[in-house]
Amino acid sequence: MTTTTPTPPAVSVARLAKAYGDHEVLRGVDLEVPAGTVYALLGPNGAGKTTMVRILSTLLPADAGDARVGGHDVRQDPDGVRSSIGVTGQFSAVDELLTGRENLRMMADLGHLDRDRATEVVDELLRRFDLVDAADRRAASYSGGMKRRLDLAMTLVHGPRLIFLDEPTAGLDPRSRRELWQIVRELVAGGVTVFLTTQYLDEADQLADRIGVLHGGRLVAEGTSAQLKRLVPGGQVELQVADAAALDRLAERIPQGVADAETLTLAVPSDGRPAAVRRLLEAVPEDAVTAIALRTPDLDDVFLALTRPTTGDAERAEVAA
Amino acid sequence: MSYAVRDSLTMLRRQLRHMARYPSLTLMLIGQPLVFLLLFVYVFGGTMGAGLPGVSAGDRGDYLDFITPGIVLMAVVSVSLGTAIAVATDMTGGIIDRFRTMAIARVSVLTGHVLGALIQTAVAVVVVVAVALALGFGPGASPGDWLATAGLLALLSLALTWLTIAIGLVSPNVETASNLPMPLMLLPLVGSGFVPTETMPDGLRWFAENQPFTPVIDALRGLLDGSPDGGTVLLAVAWCVAIGLAGYLWSRRLYRRRAAG
Repeated sequence: MTTTTPTPPAVSVARLAKAYGDHEVLRGVDLEVPAGTVYALLGPNGAGKTTMVRILSTLLPADAGDARVGGHDVRQDPDGVRSSIGVTGQFSAVDELLTGRENLRMMADLGHLDRDRATEVVDELLRRFDLVDAADRRAASYSGGMKRRLDLAMTLVHGPRLIFLDEPTAGLDPRSRRELWQIVRELVAGGVTVFLTTQYLDEADQLADRIGVLHGGRLVAEGTSAQLKRLVPGGQVELQVADAAALDRLAERIPQGVADAETLTLAVPSDGRPAAVRRLLEAVPEDAVTAIALRTPDLDDVFLALTRPTTGDAERAEVAA
Repeated sequence: MSYAVRDSLTMLRRQLRHMARYPSLTLMLIGQPLVFLLLFVYVFGGTMGAGLPGVSAGDRGDYLDFITPGIVLMAVVSVSLGTAIAVATDMTGGIIDRFRTMAIARVSVLTGHVLGALIQTAVAVVVVVAVALALGFGPGASPGDWLATAGLLALLSLALTWLTIAIGLVSPNVETASNLPMPLMLLPLVGSGFVPTETMPDGLRWFAENQPFTPVIDALRGLLDGSPDGGTVLLAVAWCVAIGLAGYLWSRRLYRRRAAG
Protein backbone atom coordinates (compact mmCIF):
# COMPACT_ATOMS: atom_id res chain seq x y z
CA MET A 1 0.00 0.00 0.00
CA THR A 2 1.44 3.33 -0.95
CA THR A 3 0.40 6.58 0.54
CA THR A 4 1.14 9.88 -1.06
CA THR A 5 1.73 12.57 1.50
CA PRO A 6 0.57 15.86 0.04
CA THR A 7 3.14 18.66 0.28
CA PRO A 8 2.28 20.72 3.35
CA PRO A 9 1.25 24.30 2.58
CA ALA A 10 4.12 26.79 2.62
CA VAL A 11 2.13 29.05 4.89
CA SER A 12 -0.96 28.28 6.90
CA VAL A 13 -2.53 30.72 9.27
CA ALA A 14 -5.56 30.29 11.50
CA ARG A 15 -7.43 32.87 13.57
CA LEU A 16 -4.33 35.04 13.78
CA ALA A 17 -4.74 38.14 15.96
CA LYS A 18 -2.45 40.94 17.03
CA ALA A 19 -3.11 44.21 18.83
CA TYR A 20 -0.94 47.11 19.87
CA GLY A 21 -2.62 48.31 23.03
CA ASP A 22 -6.21 49.11 22.08
CA HIS A 23 -5.46 49.10 18.39
CA GLU A 24 -6.35 45.72 16.89
CA VAL A 25 -4.16 45.29 13.84
CA LEU A 26 -5.12 41.71 12.96
CA ARG A 27 -8.53 40.44 14.03
CA GLY A 28 -8.56 36.76 13.23
CA VAL A 29 -7.03 36.04 9.84
CA ASP A 30 -7.12 32.62 8.17
CA LEU A 31 -5.19 31.90 5.03
CA GLU A 32 -3.22 29.20 3.28
CA VAL A 33 -0.49 29.39 0.65
CA PRO A 34 0.24 26.18 -1.28
CA ALA A 35 3.93 25.51 -1.94
CA GLY A 36 5.16 26.84 -5.26
CA THR A 37 2.53 29.55 -5.63
CA VAL A 38 2.46 33.32 -5.25
CA TYR A 39 0.15 34.85 -2.67
CA ALA A 40 -0.42 38.58 -2.59
CA LEU A 41 -1.76 40.29 0.50
CA LEU A 42 -3.42 43.40 -0.82
CA GLY A 43 -4.39 46.34 1.35
CA PRO A 44 -3.91 50.03 2.06
CA ASN A 45 -1.37 51.40 4.50
CA GLY A 46 -2.21 50.37 8.02
CA ALA A 47 -4.29 47.34 6.98
CA GLY A 48 -1.96 45.02 8.88
CA LYS A 49 0.08 43.67 5.96
CA THR A 50 3.48 44.35 7.48
CA THR A 51 2.34 43.04 10.86
CA MET A 52 1.34 39.83 9.11
CA VAL A 53 4.77 39.47 7.46
CA ARG A 54 6.54 40.26 10.74
CA ILE A 55 4.60 37.56 12.56
CA LEU A 56 5.18 34.96 9.84
CA SER A 57 8.90 35.77 9.68
CA THR A 58 9.29 35.37 13.49
CA LEU A 59 9.95 39.06 14.14
CA LEU A 60 6.77 39.57 16.11
CA PRO A 61 4.75 37.23 18.33
CA ALA A 62 1.03 36.96 17.60
CA ASP A 63 -1.45 37.47 20.44
CA ALA A 64 -3.62 34.55 19.38
CA GLY A 65 -4.05 32.02 16.62
CA ASP A 66 -1.73 29.61 14.86
CA ALA A 67 0.79 30.17 12.12
CA ARG A 68 2.88 27.51 10.42
CA VAL A 69 5.55 28.45 7.92
CA GLY A 70 7.43 25.84 5.90
CA GLY A 71 5.86 23.21 8.13
CA HIS A 72 7.24 24.80 11.31
CA ASP A 73 5.19 26.45 14.02
CA VAL A 74 6.19 30.11 14.24
CA ARG A 75 5.96 30.15 18.02
CA GLN A 76 7.36 26.69 18.86
CA ASP A 77 10.11 26.45 16.28
CA PRO A 78 11.21 29.90 15.13
CA ASP A 79 14.64 28.61 14.08
CA GLY A 80 12.99 26.01 11.85
CA VAL A 81 10.98 28.80 10.22
CA ARG A 82 14.06 31.01 9.84
CA SER A 83 16.07 28.33 8.10
CA SER A 84 13.38 27.89 5.45
CA ILE A 85 12.55 31.52 4.64
CA GLY A 86 14.05 34.65 3.16
CA VAL A 87 12.64 38.08 3.96
CA THR A 88 12.89 41.36 2.10
CA GLY A 89 11.35 43.97 4.32
CA GLN A 90 9.81 47.26 3.40
CA PHE A 91 12.88 49.18 4.47
CA SER A 92 16.26 48.63 2.93
CA ALA A 93 18.19 45.96 4.82
CA VAL A 94 21.54 46.33 3.10
CA ASP A 95 24.70 47.39 4.90
CA GLU A 96 25.52 50.67 3.19
CA LEU A 97 29.13 50.75 4.37
CA LEU A 98 29.82 47.44 2.66
CA THR A 99 30.03 46.85 -1.08
CA GLY A 100 27.39 44.82 -2.89
CA ARG A 101 29.73 41.84 -3.04
CA GLU A 102 30.59 42.11 0.66
CA ASN A 103 26.91 42.29 1.59
CA LEU A 104 26.22 39.10 -0.36
CA ARG A 105 29.33 37.44 1.04
CA MET A 106 28.19 38.29 4.58
CA MET A 107 24.85 36.59 3.87
CA ALA A 108 26.68 33.54 2.49
CA ASP A 109 28.78 33.35 5.67
CA LEU A 110 25.71 33.72 7.88
CA GLY A 111 23.97 31.09 5.75
CA HIS A 112 26.91 28.80 6.60
CA LEU A 113 27.83 28.13 2.97
CA ASP A 114 31.30 26.76 2.43
CA ARG A 115 33.88 29.01 0.82
CA ASP A 116 33.69 27.74 -2.77
CA ARG A 117 29.92 27.56 -2.80
CA ALA A 118 29.73 31.08 -1.31
CA THR A 119 31.91 32.56 -4.08
CA GLU A 120 29.85 30.74 -6.70
CA VAL A 121 26.49 31.89 -5.29
CA VAL A 122 27.65 35.49 -4.83
CA ASP A 123 28.96 35.72 -8.42
CA GLU A 124 25.81 34.17 -9.80
CA LEU A 125 23.52 36.55 -7.88
CA LEU A 126 25.57 39.60 -8.92
CA ARG A 127 25.13 38.52 -12.54
CA ARG A 128 21.47 37.68 -12.22
CA PHE A 129 20.61 40.97 -10.51
CA ASP A 130 22.70 43.04 -12.90
CA LEU A 131 25.05 44.24 -10.17
CA VAL A 132 28.37 43.04 -11.60
CA ASP A 133 29.60 46.53 -12.50
CA ALA A 134 28.62 47.91 -9.11
CA ALA A 135 29.75 44.85 -7.13
CA ASP A 136 32.76 46.53 -5.56
CA ARG A 137 31.15 49.88 -4.87
CA ARG A 138 29.67 50.69 -1.50
CA ALA A 139 25.93 50.08 -1.33
CA ALA A 140 25.49 53.69 -0.12
CA SER A 141 26.20 54.83 -3.68
CA TYR A 142 23.50 52.58 -5.22
CA SER A 143 20.26 53.91 -6.70
CA GLY A 144 16.93 52.92 -5.14
CA GLY A 145 16.37 50.18 -7.71
CA MET A 146 19.87 48.78 -7.26
CA LYS A 147 19.51 48.74 -3.49
CA ARG A 148 16.25 46.87 -3.82
CA ARG A 149 17.84 44.35 -6.17
CA LEU A 150 20.77 43.86 -3.78
CA ASP A 151 18.31 43.52 -0.91
CA LEU A 152 16.44 40.78 -2.75
CA ALA A 153 19.69 39.09 -3.83
CA MET A 154 20.78 39.00 -0.16
CA THR A 155 17.50 37.32 0.70
CA LEU A 156 18.21 34.56 -1.83
CA VAL A 157 21.81 33.73 -0.91
CA HIS A 158 21.02 30.79 1.35
CA GLY A 159 18.50 29.37 -1.12
CA PRO A 160 15.19 29.74 0.75
CA ARG A 161 12.16 27.91 -0.69
CA LEU A 162 9.77 30.56 0.63
CA ILE A 163 10.34 34.27 0.45
CA PHE A 164 8.42 37.16 1.95
CA LEU A 165 8.42 40.44 0.06
CA ASP A 166 6.92 43.34 1.97
CA GLU A 167 5.90 45.97 -0.58
CA PRO A 168 8.76 45.04 -2.88
CA THR A 169 8.20 47.84 -5.38
CA ALA A 170 7.24 50.71 -3.07
CA GLY A 171 9.13 53.80 -4.15
CA LEU A 172 10.57 52.27 -7.32
CA ASP A 173 10.36 53.89 -10.74
CA PRO A 174 8.27 52.05 -13.35
CA ARG A 175 11.25 50.42 -15.05
CA SER A 176 12.74 49.09 -11.79
CA ARG A 177 9.29 47.89 -10.85
CA ARG A 178 8.97 45.83 -14.02
CA GLU A 179 12.48 44.44 -13.55
CA LEU A 180 11.54 43.32 -10.06
CA TRP A 181 8.36 41.68 -11.31
CA GLN A 182 10.44 39.76 -13.84
CA ILE A 183 12.77 38.59 -11.09
CA VAL A 184 9.85 37.39 -9.00
CA ARG A 185 8.46 35.46 -12.00
CA GLU A 186 11.82 33.77 -12.48
CA LEU A 187 11.91 32.78 -8.82
CA VAL A 188 8.49 31.25 -9.07
CA ALA A 189 9.50 29.40 -12.22
CA GLY A 190 12.31 27.94 -10.12
CA GLY A 191 9.78 26.55 -7.65
CA VAL A 192 10.05 29.19 -4.92
CA THR A 193 6.93 30.13 -2.99
CA VAL A 194 6.37 33.88 -2.73
CA PHE A 195 4.30 35.71 -0.14
CA LEU A 196 4.12 39.38 -1.01
CA THR A 197 2.27 42.41 0.22
CA THR A 198 1.29 45.29 -1.97
CA GLN A 199 -1.07 48.18 -2.18
CA TYR A 200 -1.23 48.01 -5.96
CA LEU A 201 -3.89 45.86 -7.57
CA ASP A 202 -1.92 45.68 -10.82
CA GLU A 203 1.06 44.25 -8.97
CA ALA A 204 -1.05 41.55 -7.37
CA ASP A 205 -2.70 41.01 -10.74
CA GLN A 206 0.66 40.59 -12.48
CA LEU A 207 2.26 38.25 -10.00
CA ALA A 208 -0.15 36.43 -7.75
CA ASP A 209 -1.97 33.14 -8.09
CA ARG A 210 -4.19 34.14 -5.22
CA ILE A 211 -4.92 37.51 -3.68
CA GLY A 212 -6.16 38.20 -0.18
CA VAL A 213 -7.64 41.61 0.52
CA LEU A 214 -6.76 42.74 4.02
CA HIS A 215 -8.87 45.49 5.47
CA GLY A 216 -9.14 46.61 9.06
CA GLY A 217 -7.30 43.54 10.25
CA ARG A 218 -9.61 41.07 8.47
CA LEU A 219 -9.36 39.23 5.21
CA VAL A 220 -12.42 40.67 3.49
CA ALA A 221 -11.99 38.79 0.22
CA GLU A 222 -9.77 36.15 -1.23
CA GLY A 223 -9.45 34.62 -4.65
CA THR A 224 -7.77 34.80 -8.00
CA SER A 225 -7.41 38.14 -9.69
CA ALA A 226 -10.36 37.34 -12.00
CA GLN A 227 -12.57 36.34 -9.06
CA LEU A 228 -11.79 39.57 -7.24
CA LYS A 229 -12.51 41.72 -10.24
CA ARG A 230 -15.91 40.10 -10.56
CA LEU A 231 -16.69 41.36 -7.06
CA VAL A 232 -16.04 44.87 -8.17
CA PRO A 233 -18.59 46.83 -10.13
CA GLY A 234 -17.18 47.43 -13.60
CA GLY A 235 -15.25 50.42 -14.70
CA GLN A 236 -16.68 53.58 -16.10
CA VAL A 237 -16.53 55.83 -19.10
CA GLU A 238 -15.73 59.41 -18.24
CA LEU A 239 -17.09 62.04 -20.57
CA GLN A 240 -15.37 65.41 -20.42
CA VAL A 241 -17.41 68.49 -21.35
CA ALA A 242 -16.56 72.14 -21.94
CA ASP A 243 -18.79 73.92 -19.41
CA ALA A 244 -21.43 73.50 -16.73
CA ALA A 245 -24.31 74.01 -19.11
CA ALA A 246 -23.05 71.24 -21.37
CA LEU A 247 -22.69 68.98 -18.33
CA ASP A 248 -26.32 69.58 -17.36
CA ARG A 249 -27.54 68.83 -20.88
CA LEU A 250 -25.45 65.64 -21.02
CA ALA A 251 -26.59 64.49 -17.59
CA GLU A 252 -30.19 64.85 -18.69
CA ARG A 253 -29.55 62.73 -21.75
CA ILE A 254 -27.66 60.00 -19.83
CA PRO A 255 -29.49 59.61 -16.51
CA GLN A 256 -27.29 56.70 -15.25
CA GLY A 257 -24.21 58.97 -15.31
CA VAL A 258 -22.83 60.77 -12.27
CA ALA A 259 -21.99 64.41 -12.93
CA ASP A 260 -19.00 66.08 -11.29
CA ALA A 261 -19.26 69.87 -11.61
CA GLU A 262 -15.69 70.37 -10.36
CA THR A 263 -13.98 68.41 -13.08
CA LEU A 264 -16.78 68.88 -15.64
CA THR A 265 -17.06 65.16 -16.21
CA LEU A 266 -19.91 62.72 -16.38
CA ALA A 267 -18.97 59.24 -15.14
CA VAL A 268 -21.06 56.49 -16.69
CA PRO A 269 -20.78 52.94 -15.30
CA SER A 270 -19.60 50.56 -17.99
CA ASP A 271 -17.94 47.18 -18.22
CA GLY A 272 -15.77 48.56 -20.98
CA ARG A 273 -16.95 46.18 -23.75
CA PRO A 274 -16.79 47.82 -27.21
CA ALA A 275 -20.48 47.24 -27.93
CA ALA A 276 -21.54 48.94 -24.68
CA VAL A 277 -19.19 51.86 -25.21
CA ARG A 278 -20.41 52.30 -28.80
CA ARG A 279 -24.03 52.33 -27.63
CA LEU A 280 -23.17 54.96 -25.02
CA LEU A 281 -21.36 57.16 -27.48
CA GLU A 282 -24.27 56.95 -29.93
CA ALA A 283 -26.37 58.67 -27.28
CA VAL A 284 -23.89 61.54 -27.07
CA PRO A 285 -24.16 64.44 -29.56
CA GLU A 286 -20.94 64.72 -31.54
CA ASP A 287 -19.74 68.12 -30.27
CA ALA A 288 -21.04 67.83 -26.69
CA VAL A 289 -17.98 65.98 -25.37
CA THR A 290 -14.37 67.18 -25.52
CA ALA A 291 -12.65 63.98 -24.37
CA ILE A 292 -13.42 60.42 -23.39
CA ALA A 293 -11.59 58.28 -20.84
CA LEU A 294 -12.14 54.64 -20.07
CA ARG A 295 -11.49 53.76 -16.45
CA THR A 296 -11.00 50.11 -15.44
CA PRO A 297 -11.47 49.09 -11.80
CA ASP A 298 -8.45 49.80 -9.65
CA LEU A 299 -7.61 49.17 -6.04
CA ASP A 300 -9.79 52.06 -4.92
CA ASP A 301 -12.80 50.42 -6.54
CA VAL A 302 -11.96 47.03 -5.04
CA PHE A 303 -11.76 48.57 -1.61
CA LEU A 304 -14.83 50.69 -2.00
CA ALA A 305 -16.74 47.63 -3.12
CA LEU A 306 -15.38 45.25 -0.50
CA THR A 307 -15.32 47.58 2.45
CA ARG A 308 -18.52 49.54 1.95
CA PRO A 309 -19.85 49.88 5.48
CA THR A 310 -23.03 47.89 5.97
CA THR A 311 -25.32 48.03 8.98
CA GLY A 312 -23.43 47.21 12.15
CA ASP A 313 -20.26 47.16 10.22
CA ALA A 314 -19.43 50.83 10.08
CA GLU A 315 -16.86 50.48 12.79
CA ARG A 316 -14.98 47.90 10.78
CA ALA A 317 -14.60 50.28 7.90
CA GLU A 318 -13.38 53.00 10.17
CA VAL A 319 -10.30 51.17 11.37
CA ALA A 320 -8.98 50.98 7.82
CA ALA A 321 -6.62 53.85 8.49
CA MET B 1 28.17 25.77 19.50
CA SER B 2 30.38 26.27 16.48
CA TYR B 3 27.82 28.40 14.62
CA ALA B 4 27.92 30.91 17.48
CA VAL B 5 31.67 31.30 16.93
CA ARG B 6 31.41 31.35 13.15
CA ASP B 7 28.56 33.88 13.13
CA SER B 8 30.35 36.07 15.68
CA LEU B 9 33.44 36.11 13.47
CA THR B 10 31.30 37.05 10.46
CA MET B 11 29.85 39.92 12.48
CA LEU B 12 33.35 40.90 13.65
CA ARG B 13 34.47 41.06 10.03
CA ARG B 14 31.55 43.41 9.40
CA GLN B 15 32.58 45.62 12.35
CA LEU B 16 36.21 45.78 11.19
CA ARG B 17 35.05 46.80 7.70
CA HIS B 18 32.86 49.50 9.25
CA MET B 19 35.84 50.83 11.20
CA ALA B 20 37.96 50.89 8.06
CA ARG B 21 35.21 52.55 5.97
CA TYR B 22 34.31 55.10 8.61
CA PRO B 23 37.73 55.99 10.03
CA SER B 24 36.74 59.41 11.33
CA LEU B 25 34.81 57.80 14.21
CA THR B 26 37.77 55.61 15.16
CA LEU B 27 40.13 58.59 14.91
CA MET B 28 37.88 60.68 17.12
CA LEU B 29 37.60 57.92 19.70
CA ILE B 30 41.39 57.51 19.86
CA GLY B 31 42.00 61.25 19.56
CA GLN B 32 39.89 62.13 22.59
CA PRO B 33 42.22 60.65 25.24
CA LEU B 34 45.23 62.02 23.36
CA VAL B 35 43.80 65.55 23.57
CA PHE B 36 43.31 65.07 27.32
CA LEU B 37 46.88 63.78 27.61
CA LEU B 38 48.42 66.76 25.82
CA LEU B 39 46.12 69.24 27.55
CA PHE B 40 46.87 67.98 31.04
CA VAL B 41 50.60 67.50 30.55
CA TYR B 42 51.40 70.73 28.72
CA VAL B 43 48.73 73.17 29.93
CA PHE B 44 48.20 72.05 33.53
CA GLY B 45 51.23 69.78 33.97
CA GLY B 46 53.74 72.35 35.30
CA THR B 47 51.53 73.47 38.15
CA MET B 48 49.95 70.10 38.84
CA GLY B 49 53.29 68.30 38.98
CA ALA B 50 54.53 70.74 41.60
CA GLY B 51 51.52 69.94 43.76
CA LEU B 52 51.80 66.14 43.75
CA PRO B 53 52.07 64.91 47.34
CA GLY B 54 55.03 62.74 48.18
CA VAL B 55 57.04 64.08 45.26
CA SER B 56 59.53 66.78 46.16
CA ALA B 57 59.82 69.49 43.52
CA GLY B 58 57.55 67.58 41.11
CA ASP B 59 57.41 68.73 37.51
CA ARG B 60 55.65 68.11 34.22
CA GLY B 61 57.36 64.70 33.86
CA ASP B 62 56.13 63.52 37.26
CA TYR B 63 52.62 64.59 36.36
CA LEU B 64 52.83 62.67 33.07
CA ASP B 65 53.67 59.52 35.05
CA PHE B 66 50.78 60.25 37.40
CA ILE B 67 48.05 60.72 34.78
CA THR B 68 49.02 58.16 32.13
CA PRO B 69 46.99 55.37 33.83
CA GLY B 70 43.92 57.66 33.87
CA ILE B 71 44.42 58.55 30.22
CA VAL B 72 44.72 54.86 29.30
CA LEU B 73 41.43 54.23 31.08
CA MET B 74 39.90 57.13 29.14
CA ALA B 75 40.99 55.47 25.92
CA VAL B 76 39.07 52.34 26.89
CA VAL B 77 36.00 54.40 27.83
CA SER B 78 36.23 56.38 24.60
CA VAL B 79 36.13 53.24 22.42
CA SER B 80 33.13 51.94 24.36
CA LEU B 81 31.26 55.18 23.56
CA GLY B 82 31.69 54.29 19.90
CA THR B 83 30.10 50.91 20.59
CA ALA B 84 26.93 52.56 21.90
CA ILE B 85 26.72 54.55 18.66
CA ALA B 86 27.40 51.51 16.47
CA VAL B 87 24.79 49.37 18.25
CA ALA B 88 22.15 52.11 18.06
CA THR B 89 22.92 52.60 14.36
CA ASP B 90 22.41 48.88 13.76
CA MET B 91 19.18 48.76 15.73
CA THR B 92 17.59 51.69 13.92
CA GLY B 93 18.47 50.32 10.46
CA GLY B 94 16.64 47.66 8.48
CA ILE B 95 19.51 45.20 8.59
CA ILE B 96 18.85 44.07 12.16
CA ASP B 97 15.49 42.64 11.06
CA ARG B 98 17.26 40.74 8.33
CA PHE B 99 19.64 39.21 10.87
CA ARG B 100 16.70 38.32 13.10
CA THR B 101 14.92 36.42 10.36
CA MET B 102 17.99 34.29 9.67
CA ALA B 103 18.90 31.02 11.32
CA ILE B 104 22.03 32.40 12.98
CA ALA B 105 23.27 32.48 16.55
CA ARG B 106 21.25 35.40 17.88
CA VAL B 107 23.92 36.69 20.21
CA SER B 108 26.42 37.00 17.34
CA VAL B 109 25.07 40.44 16.41
CA LEU B 110 26.18 41.66 19.84
CA THR B 111 29.36 39.58 20.19
CA GLY B 112 30.54 41.01 16.87
CA HIS B 113 30.41 44.45 18.50
CA VAL B 114 32.21 43.15 21.59
CA LEU B 115 35.07 41.60 19.61
CA GLY B 116 35.34 44.69 17.42
CA ALA B 117 35.52 46.93 20.49
CA LEU B 118 38.27 44.76 22.05
CA ILE B 119 40.41 45.11 18.93
CA GLN B 120 39.73 48.84 18.70
CA THR B 121 40.61 49.22 22.40
CA ALA B 122 43.91 47.40 21.89
CA VAL B 123 44.78 49.82 19.07
CA ALA B 124 43.72 52.86 21.12
CA VAL B 125 45.70 51.77 24.20
CA VAL B 126 48.83 51.06 22.16
CA VAL B 127 48.60 54.50 20.54
CA VAL B 128 48.04 56.28 23.86
CA VAL B 129 50.87 54.45 25.62
CA ALA B 130 53.18 55.05 22.65
CA VAL B 131 52.47 58.79 22.73
CA ALA B 132 52.94 58.86 26.52
CA LEU B 133 56.28 57.06 26.15
CA ALA B 134 57.32 59.54 23.45
CA LEU B 135 56.50 62.39 25.81
CA GLY B 136 58.71 60.88 28.48
CA PHE B 137 56.46 58.50 30.43
CA GLY B 138 58.76 56.20 32.40
CA PRO B 139 56.99 53.03 33.55
CA GLY B 140 58.72 50.66 35.92
CA ALA B 141 56.57 47.65 35.00
CA SER B 142 58.04 44.16 34.61
CA PRO B 143 56.88 41.97 31.70
CA GLY B 144 54.54 40.28 34.15
CA ASP B 145 53.11 43.66 35.17
CA TRP B 146 52.57 44.58 31.51
CA LEU B 147 50.75 41.31 30.97
CA ALA B 148 48.56 41.93 34.01
CA THR B 149 47.92 45.47 32.74
CA ALA B 150 46.80 44.11 29.38
CA GLY B 151 44.56 41.59 31.11
CA LEU B 152 42.94 44.21 33.33
CA LEU B 153 42.40 46.54 30.36
CA ALA B 154 40.82 43.72 28.34
CA LEU B 155 38.50 42.95 31.24
CA LEU B 156 37.64 46.64 31.61
CA SER B 157 36.98 46.94 27.90
CA LEU B 158 34.72 43.89 27.99
CA ALA B 159 32.80 45.31 30.95
CA LEU B 160 32.35 48.79 29.49
CA THR B 161 31.45 47.39 26.06
CA TRP B 162 28.59 45.30 27.46
CA LEU B 163 27.41 48.35 29.38
CA THR B 164 27.50 50.58 26.30
CA ILE B 165 25.84 47.87 24.20
CA ALA B 166 22.95 48.06 26.64
CA ILE B 167 22.98 51.85 26.33
CA GLY B 168 22.97 51.53 22.55
CA LEU B 169 20.01 49.13 22.77
CA VAL B 170 18.02 51.26 25.18
CA SER B 171 18.51 54.45 23.13
CA PRO B 172 15.65 55.26 20.77
CA ASN B 173 18.06 56.86 18.28
CA VAL B 174 21.72 57.34 17.47
CA GLU B 175 21.92 60.83 18.99
CA THR B 176 20.77 59.56 22.37
CA ALA B 177 23.24 56.70 22.17
CA SER B 178 26.03 59.15 21.58
CA ASN B 179 25.05 61.47 24.44
CA LEU B 180 23.89 59.03 27.11
CA PRO B 181 27.27 57.47 27.98
CA MET B 182 29.16 60.81 28.02
CA PRO B 183 29.33 60.93 31.85
CA LEU B 184 31.56 57.85 31.65
CA MET B 185 34.17 60.04 29.99
CA LEU B 186 34.10 62.54 32.87
CA LEU B 187 34.14 59.94 35.64
CA PRO B 188 37.95 59.48 35.63
CA LEU B 189 38.25 63.22 36.35
CA VAL B 190 36.22 62.82 39.53
CA GLY B 191 38.47 60.04 40.77
CA SER B 192 42.13 59.35 41.25
CA GLY B 193 42.96 59.89 37.58
CA PHE B 194 44.22 63.45 37.53
CA VAL B 195 44.68 64.57 41.12
CA PRO B 196 45.18 62.64 44.37
CA THR B 197 41.75 62.20 45.94
CA GLU B 198 42.93 63.50 49.32
CA THR B 199 43.05 67.02 47.84
CA MET B 200 39.25 67.03 47.30
CA PRO B 201 36.54 68.36 49.66
CA ASP B 202 34.92 65.71 51.89
CA GLY B 203 31.76 64.72 49.98
CA LEU B 204 33.48 64.69 46.62
CA ARG B 205 36.43 62.86 48.10
CA TRP B 206 34.17 60.11 49.40
CA PHE B 207 32.65 59.71 45.93
CA ALA B 208 36.04 59.84 44.21
CA GLU B 209 37.48 57.17 46.45
CA ASN B 210 34.53 54.83 46.14
CA GLN B 211 33.58 55.10 42.47
CA PRO B 212 34.58 52.11 40.33
CA PHE B 213 37.15 53.85 38.13
CA THR B 214 39.37 54.82 41.09
CA PRO B 215 40.48 51.28 42.02
CA VAL B 216 40.95 50.53 38.31
CA ILE B 217 43.16 53.62 37.87
CA ASP B 218 45.03 52.86 41.10
CA ALA B 219 45.57 49.27 40.01
CA LEU B 220 46.84 50.40 36.58
CA ARG B 221 49.10 52.97 38.23
CA GLY B 222 50.57 50.32 40.53
CA LEU B 223 51.08 47.85 37.70
CA LEU B 224 52.69 50.40 35.35
CA ASP B 225 54.88 51.59 38.20
CA GLY B 226 56.00 48.05 38.89
CA SER B 227 54.58 48.07 42.43
CA PRO B 228 51.10 46.58 42.18
CA ASP B 229 48.95 46.27 45.29
CA GLY B 230 47.11 42.94 45.29
CA GLY B 231 44.07 44.23 47.13
CA THR B 232 43.58 47.15 44.75
CA VAL B 233 43.95 44.95 41.68
CA LEU B 234 41.41 42.52 43.11
CA LEU B 235 38.96 45.33 43.81
CA ALA B 236 39.45 46.63 40.25
CA VAL B 237 38.79 43.17 38.84
CA ALA B 238 35.70 42.81 41.03
CA TRP B 239 34.30 46.14 39.76
CA CYS B 240 34.96 45.15 36.14
CA VAL B 241 33.25 41.78 36.62
CA ALA B 242 30.27 43.45 38.31
CA ILE B 243 29.87 46.12 35.60
CA GLY B 244 30.39 43.57 32.84
CA LEU B 245 27.87 41.14 34.25
CA ALA B 246 25.28 43.85 34.83
CA GLY B 247 25.86 45.21 31.32
CA TYR B 248 25.63 41.75 29.78
CA LEU B 249 22.41 40.81 31.57
CA TRP B 250 20.86 44.19 30.78
CA SER B 251 21.88 43.90 27.11
CA ARG B 252 20.51 40.38 26.87
CA ARG B 253 17.21 41.44 28.35
CA LEU B 254 16.90 44.46 26.06
CA TYR B 255 17.89 42.47 23.01
CA ARG B 256 15.37 39.73 23.72
CA ARG B 257 12.60 42.20 24.39
CA ARG B 258 13.46 44.07 21.24
CA ALA B 259 13.57 40.82 19.33
CA ALA B 260 10.10 40.04 20.63
CA GLY B 261 8.91 43.33 19.16
